[in-house]
Amino acid sequence: MKTVQWISGFALAAALAAPAARADDATVTVGLILPMTGPVASTGKQERAGAELYIAQHGDTVAGKKIALIVKDDTGAADVTKRLAQELIGNDHAKVLMGFGLTPLALAVAPVSAEAKVPEIVTAAATAMITEKSPYIVRTSFTLPQASAPMADWCLQNKIKKVVTIVSDYGPGLDAEKWFGDTFKKGGGEITEAIRVPLKNPDFAPFLQRVKDDAPDAVFVFVPSGFGAIFMKQFVERGLDKSGVKLIGTGDVTDDDLLADMGDSALGAVTTHHYSAAHDSSENKAFVAAFEKANGGMRPNFMAVGAYDGMALVYHALEATKGAADGESLLAAMKGASWVSPRGPVSIDPTTRDMVQNIYVRKVEKVDGQLYNVEFATIPAVKDPYKAAKN
Amino acid sequence: MLTILLDGIAYGMLLFVLSCGLSVTLGLMNFINLAHGAFAMLGGYVTALLMSRAGVPFIATLPIAFVVPALVGAALERTLYRRLYGASPLDQVLFTIGLVFMAMPIANFFLGDQPQQVHLPAWLSGRVEFHGVGIGVYRIFTIGICATIATALQIFLVGTRFGARLRACVDDARVASGLGVNVDMMFAVTFAVGSGLAGLGGALAADVVGGIDPSFPLRFMVTFLIVVTIGGSNGILGALVGSLLLGVLDVAGKYYVPSIGAFIIYFVMVVTLILRPQGLFVRGDGR
Amino acid sequence: MIAAPASPGFERIAAHLQRRARWRWSEVAFWLALLAAVLAFPSRAGFFNEILIAGLFALSLDLILGLTGIVSLGHAAFFGLGAYAAAILSSQGLADPTLGLLIASALSGALGLATAPLLLRGSDLTRLMVTMGIALMLGEVANRNADITGGADGLNLTMGPVLGLFPIDFTGQRNAALYSLGVLFLLFVLARRLAQSPFGLSLSAIRENRLRAGALGISTSRRIIAIYAVAAAYAGAAGALLAQTTQIVSLDLFDFHRSADVMLMLIIGGAGYLYGGIIGAAIFIVVKDVISGATPEYWEFWIGAMLVVLVLVGRERIAAHARRTLRMLVPLKGRAA
Repeated sequence: MKTVQWISGFALAAALAAPAARADDATVTVGLILPMTGPVASTGKQERAGAELYIAQHGDTVAGKKIALIVKDDTGAADVTKRLAQELIGNDHAKVLMGFGLTPLALAVAPVSAEAKVPEIVTAAATAMITEKSPYIVRTSFTLPQASAPMADWCLQNKIKKVVTIVSDYGPGLDAEKWFGDTFKKGGGEITEAIRVPLKNPDFAPFLQRVKDDAPDAVFVFVPSGFGAIFMKQFVERGLDKSGVKLIGTGDVTDDDLLADMGDSALGAVTTHHYSAAHDSSENKAFVAAFEKANGGMRPNFMAVGAYDGMALVYHALEATKGAADGESLLAAMKGASWVSPRGPVSIDPTTRDMVQNIYVRKVEKVDGQLYNVEFATIPAVKDPYKAAKN
Repeated sequence: MLTILLDGIAYGMLLFVLSCGLSVTLGLMNFINLAHGAFAMLGGYVTALLMSRAGVPFIATLPIAFVVPALVGAALERTLYRRLYGASPLDQVLFTIGLVFMAMPIANFFLGDQPQQVHLPAWLSGRVEFHGVGIGVYRIFTIGICATIATALQIFLVGTRFGARLRACVDDARVASGLGVNVDMMFAVTFAVGSGLAGLGGALAADVVGGIDPSFPLRFMVTFLIVVTIGGSNGILGALVGSLLLGVLDVAGKYYVPSIGAFIIYFVMVVTLILRPQGLFVRGDGR
Repeated sequence: MIAAPASPGFERIAAHLQRRARWRWSEVAFWLALLAAVLAFPSRAGFFNEILIAGLFALSLDLILGLTGIVSLGHAAFFGLGAYAAAILSSQGLADPTLGLLIASALSGALGLATAPLLLRGSDLTRLMVTMGIALMLGEVANRNADITGGADGLNLTMGPVLGLFPIDFTGQRNAALYSLGVLFLLFVLARRLAQSPFGLSLSAIRENRLRAGALGISTSRRIIAIYAVAAAYAGAAGALLAQTTQIVSLDLFDFHRSADVMLMLIIGGAGYLYGGIIGAAIFIVVKDVISGATPEYWEFWIGAMLVVLVLVGRERIAAHARRTLRMLVPLKGRAA
């Protein structure tokens, strides 16, 4: 192993000799920690593209400071996320941490952000309780209760009385199940059955068979973006679309990233979400055009918008503090910040640090030969119900 | 209830086509090929891409989905795999894991990480009702094709001379070689056919698993291995029984006890290994 | 035990073994270098901590793979169990790390003891699958019982200071690395003693040729069970260290990737002489960090290519080179499995 020992010696020396970034007052380093490999790599890809697009469009200087974006891959493992966060803060002097594709990844960094007083902008993870874990967590994505409760309201208004819920068995899924279910039941609806599907390698066939046997008015589904296609196919394959059971859910199941490829089995699905690539506003049209141009025709989805708005928040905060980049000032400036995002008007709730945004009810339709989520109703300025219920 | 049984059988038949190549390779060459899933992925991609980029109809892509991985398998067998037939299990495991680790980023690089979808033709979609029992048309199709393949393989093994020579090699390669059987060619053809079947299985499974993406080999490697472990390495019958058992138990388990999820197949495997360590169908010499 | 007649050959062998048992200067230098690295670069403490823990995990695999020749694709089962045990203990109120470490390690050892008999039967593939199956099952169990384990969201913990004096949380990153180094060193010394004891030698015999070892009167089954339990306990200790020093556990600890990665680390560093795990872990993690920075999606390809080349060229040939060099440096048997 002589060769191997030499190589290891060199590698270690090289890694150690890499100089730690010097604390430079004129630069604000933003650490973007995303799962670029692993099962949720598509999240990382969209988010990175969104963040980089914002910088490309608005220049890398704001309030006299230069923005340096460092992207790190945590491979979806929480202990790696934590280590990367610590290194970004300690070695690269990052003033803001962004990203966090899954709930455990965001939670892992919570104690770090609180201890080091560095704002942690969650641009992807959607479990409601995340923002409670550190006073420095700010979210620009959404929460499942925010998206699920309005769906229940829409059902009640549209004579849907019996619903079976199918969710993936993890944090966001349980949030969706609870908030849809509770809101629906409070309005007089009946949840015939609440089915939970394992997160990995799901085969929806047996679960959909149960739905068929239950014969509800509608089936409410939440699965992480990525599994929407297979769910749709098996829904149709089981004949559920012909049997009069409506397909409803949060927008994760008709994720823009995959919608175009899903085929006609997705047509007619009604979902509630905070972003659709077909949103009819000038900001969004410009965003989508620029995004597709910069990324080889890839359509942006809600993950990309989350990161795009995360960068927007950093810029807004720096402008408000006139360039002061310490954690406390930035956090204060972030609370209450509001602007118009490609998804619609948004603001950061000063008490909960969550996003207050419009939730849209949309239907999957063909626009110019491609499938899109076309919005037909808007619920304005929705606050996260989970925290609203606590206060 | 019957629907669930039929669903399970359909899933099981699919697993059979995917795994029988692995079972025969293991039985014949005593070679643990963890890269088997990569051939399945290749077949799946062939079908998905031929359909979406070249407009080839689904049925026409299936033979190609068999041939391409078969050729790749034959080429790899001749060049790389044959050097490791006598190697320790550890070396075989490391080598084939290395191949999978190489295959996945290659797929990612050329085809991106989005799942490639297979859109079934209209005549294969939808459901039929038969005396109150509903089943998807595609599932019937799958059962049909896989059953045909299983029967063909069995007839081939038992009824033809080539099959007889193959069985001789499986029993004792040295003696077979001494009797004039070209063992090398047997190995090459078997490996090629096994890989081809994996590819065909991948093409058939693409619709059921939500599209083919670069992580397919690793995600399903465990499932294939469980089938082969439960079924034992005694060729076709073991793989068939193992697959059907697994398919039905998995689907039924998820229907009747949704919270059990994937636990059931792992549990069944460990129990089987405790009770019958060689799998359900053992080879004569207990290998 | 074999009754040994007192003959000149026997004395020569005894002297040789005693010579091997002495610590070489290169070994002392190795450990001092590790200590110096942790002390000299406090900003990289988290990075070093990751290497040390992975090194301990790989060392535990070396005990069964390198020393005894058992291939396991599910060693992460014990790693994950140790981590979750430590995490759950902490969440139930046990804040002292060392006690938590001991208990978690013992639990993993117990699981190893319970599952080892399954390894004695069946073919190569079934043995492999048993190890994998246990890891997968544990992963599912952890997933099911989300109210204790946090399920897919993972579990955050708070740890008290080590020995009541040295905090190892976010402020005590360097202490955490030193704690890991301390545990690694202690366990290494124990493993070294074990490998050079008659028990360890009998394990090498079992690795070389189990049938012959049995014919010589060595009770192969019992020894395999024993070393498997010890290796499981070591892996559990590594897992507990990870949980305690990073204060987070998540379900990916049971993933097949963890088992495959640790085997890679051991193979890269060389199996059978106990240092291979730590060296391999260092190389693997450093290379992954460097390549990940450049092309995160494709570092897996290079690892795979390296493996394929390694196997084709022949680990034996590389190991032969290594043996020659190392015979001067490290007194343990260098032949890779």
